[in-house]
Amino acid sequence: MPTVSMTVNGKSVSGEVEARTLLVQFIRENLGLTGTHVGCDTSQCGACVVHVDGKSMKSCSLLAVQADGAEVTTIEGLANGEELHPMQEAFRNNHGLQCGFCTPGMVMSAVDLANNNKNPSEEEIREWLEGNICRCTGYHNIVKSIKEGAANM
Amino acid sequence: MSETGIGASVKRLEDYRFLTGRGTYTDDINQPGQTHAYILRSPHAHATINSIDTSAAAAAPGVVAIFTGADMEVGSLPCGWQIHNKDGSPMAEPGHPPLAQGKVRHVGDQVAVVIAETLAQARSAAELIEVDYSELPAVVDMNKALAGGTLVHDDVADNLCYDWELGDEGEVDKAIAGAHHVTEIDIVNNRLIPNAMEPRAAIGSFDRATGEYTLYTTSQNPHVIRLLMGAFVLQIPEHKLRIVAPDVGGGFGSKIYHYAEEAIVTWAAPKVGRPIKWTADRSESFITDAHGRDHITNVKLALDESGKFLALKVNTKANMGAYLSTFATCVPTYLYATLLAGVYTTPVIYAGVKAIFTNTTPVDAYRGAGRPEASYLIERVVDRAAREMGIPQDEIRRKNFIPRDAFPYQTPVALEYDSGDYEATLNSAMKNADVDGFAARKAASEAKGKLRGLGYSTYVEACGIAPSAVVGSLGARAGLFESANVRVNPTGSVTIFTGSHSHGQGHETTFAQLVSETLGLPLDQVEISHGDTNKVAFGMGTYGSRSLAVGGEAMMKAMNKIIDKSKKIAAHVLEAAEADIEFKDGKFTVAGTDKEMTFGEVALTAYVPHNFPHDTLEPGLEEQAFYDPMNFTYPGGCHIVEVEVDPDTGVVKVDRVTASDDVGRVINPMIVAGQTHGGLAQGIGQALLEGCIYDDNGQLLTGSYMDYTMPRADDLPNFSTSNEVTLCAHNSLGVKGVGETGAIGSPPAVINAIVDALSGLGVTDISMPATPQKVWQAIQGAKAAAE
Ligand code: FES
Ligand code: FES
Repeated sequence: MPTVSMTVNGKSVSGEVEARTLLVQFIRENLGLTGTHVGCDTSQCGACVVHVDGKSMKSCSLLAVQADGAEVTTIEGLANGEELHPMQEAFRNNHGLQCGFCTPGMVMSAVDLANNNKNPSEEEIREWLEGNICRCTGYHNIVKSIKEGAANM
Repeated sequence: MSETGIGASVKRLEDYRFLTGRGTYTDDINQPGQTHAYILRSPHAHATINSIDTSAAAAAPGVVAIFTGADMEVGSLPCGWQIHNKDGSPMAEPGHPPLAQGKVRHVGDQVAVVIAETLAQARSAAELIEVDYSELPAVVDMNKALAGGTLVHDDVADNLCYDWELGDEGEVDKAIAGAHHVTEIDIVNNRLIPNAMEPRAAIGSFDRATGEYTLYTTSQNPHVIRLLMGAFVLQIPEHKLRIVAPDVGGGFGSKIYHYAEEAIVTWAAPKVGRPIKWTADRSESFITDAHGRDHITNVKLALDESGKFLALKVNTKANMGAYLSTFATCVPTYLYATLLAGVYTTPVIYAGVKAIFTNTTPVDAYRGAGRPEASYLIERVVDRAAREMGIPQDEIRRKNFIPRDAFPYQTPVALEYDSGDYEATLNSAMKNADVDGFAARKAASEAKGKLRGLGYSTYVEACGIAPSAVVGSLGARAGLFESANVRVNPTGSVTIFTGSHSHGQGHETTFAQLVSETLGLPLDQVEISHGDTNKVAFGMGTYGSRSLAVGGEAMMKAMNKIIDKSKKIAAHVLEAAEADIEFKDGKFTVAGTDKEMTFGEVALTAYVPHNFPHDTLEPGLEEQAFYDPMNFTYPGGCHIVEVEVDPDTGVVKVDRVTASDDVGRVINPMIVAGQTHGGLAQGIGQALLEGCIYDDNGQLLTGSYMDYTMPRADDLPNFSTSNEVTLCAHNSLGVKGVGETGAIGSPPAVINAIVDALSGLGVTDISMPATPQKVWQAIQGAKAAAE
């Protein structure tokens, strides 16, 4: 079985995986970081979004071996200790989550948007979220959260 | 108003864990020695199983065990509500085996379970199982099913589960025959797939030392699962069966029911001697989570010359799918026909409902459950009648509203509404939607070559499910009360154990606000515990917007008992008469004196009872209460939707959504708005995007997110939501419920808006989902007809 090594949330990790192991499986099962979720099997829902080398990626659409040597950030690595990241804080402040299942992917995706666009319009946010499905919130408060989070980053 | 009590938009206490990836959903849990289950499912909608050869699979790497229906002869997955036919005979109730017994009846039906060291090994081994099927013709269409021929269950003639009615058909027919005007429509309420974002999962284990089974499962109601699975399917006594529903990623009804996989992993755990984990992938969710809606209805509304409603007649065919899911049978009857008065004074109403088996996934309650189907047909037929008679949409509604001073109001379809003010919500919605500015916006759209329409929906629903005596007399096999346990810890903090279950609703916050308000405690002194049958004494769970109206009331009752007992303790310590003790702002005071004890002091005394008169005062401070509601609660309101249609492409843009809802007293306005948003998105999804489609062979054509259109951020606008308040008259909090209003009120408003936009072309109807293709075809059809 191949061995993969990468940096996850600032720590170097490595593990043996089957060639078919997806990055999301490696994160959830090998590393026990269960904040990254799996909501579909067609790379449509975005529950699994993490950052790979600073860019948001659906970790279900990537093999673990493809992330060999990469710098990965998951939802667990976003806060600064106990202090929430501005995007996390904005989701809390604007009731941008209900059941919380889509939330890690939403937040990681939103951070990537905000990294490149400090002041996204409502339309830009809605368009950006094309790859993230939420069944609970109707998106209204997610859009609000991302606007505030981006401004505060 | 305190910052943490009733009426405050307290930020959610549960959010920290979800935002930092520390939520614990079922699939996040792993147990020592755990194995993985993969379920082999039927690829056919209807077939007999001649043989199953598992020998090659059993020899595959990592395989621990394989079981088929021949191994698992257990009880049937039960149905919780017995409906009676018109003639008084009980409904047909065919068995529902967790693993198929010789026959499969829908694509996805469970055929075998492979348990292996890893999921990948279980999945690979399942491919080696050889099942010899003889395919049978499938029946998918409800009308064809009723014609007999192909039978889903050999012993259910014409695939008819029941033929039920409510109301006096003769009387209604007479009113229709003599009416000035009758509006008639055929309506399809499209089948939906709930799609909570967390797929279902289950982990079964067995402790040989204690004889206790444990099931972790994605459930909205763990005690109900314990009762159904323990008593009916596996015959495990309840004291040896623990069900834990940890964080659950959305339910919308689909996680109420007892599913086969829960029974399979629990049953097999002692056989393999290790924990067994099963998690659905999304494709499995599509074919095995209970679907929603799927009604075909003919409706007739009779009116006098002034536009007053005289009678309503409804005939509905409701799809049950291949088996009866847990609450499937009550949805098109007692959660549907009893709502057909809507917000109007229609004096006579008749509903006939046929429930039908087909070779499709079972259908059950989905957000709103029966009530969206009722409000959709009422509001569509009212809209059409107004157009036919030339009466403005708001006027026809006002003319027929149950007036504010008529409550309590007995409808002709069994329910007694306790409170409401439909004029108030209509007025506020019209104001917030800027109906006055619509003409100018329409002109502006027309100038761009677009069509603009405005659609109304005024609705009522029944929730806070439900008075046990009432539902029991109607065939429910359960009582629908709720329980709460309030444990005051020695240092004065409080743990509440509730039978309600939160899977997005924010109970940990709203319920804590009730405690803060009632006992005068800061929120960080309150813990809300739910979801574990070994912690919570009993519970009926969360569905039908019942958690606050029923679960919250149980909590209030238990807290009042705590206050009563605390007064006894304070009276004893302060050497006063119990009747003289007052409780306010977290302090017990002897009336008219400055002698007082804090809540914390009383708590400590309760657990350090050094000089208690033990014959009259027990140590400890913990109380239990059960609350059974007197009536349903009746949220209602008005939704107004404005759309812009591109006549060249048929694309509908939802431009404005305005909801004014009366959900009774609002505990946390932020959470109430969030619940409304979510419901609106699902309602608009049903109206415009979502639709479950089977082909004639019973193959699901919309079985993934590439084929089933989920509402995405760019399909929806921002929502305008507001609340008008009439208090529920029969619970102490005055609360009604908000979980389903959005999904109930909005679909007809969307369709009415599209019809309004296209009415100039002569279009009178459009079915859900109103996809661009359908809208475009309707436009072309109307144009051709006009030529
Ligand atoms: S799990 Fe759905 S996109 Fe990755
Ligand atoms: S919060 Fe539940 S899916 Fe988004």
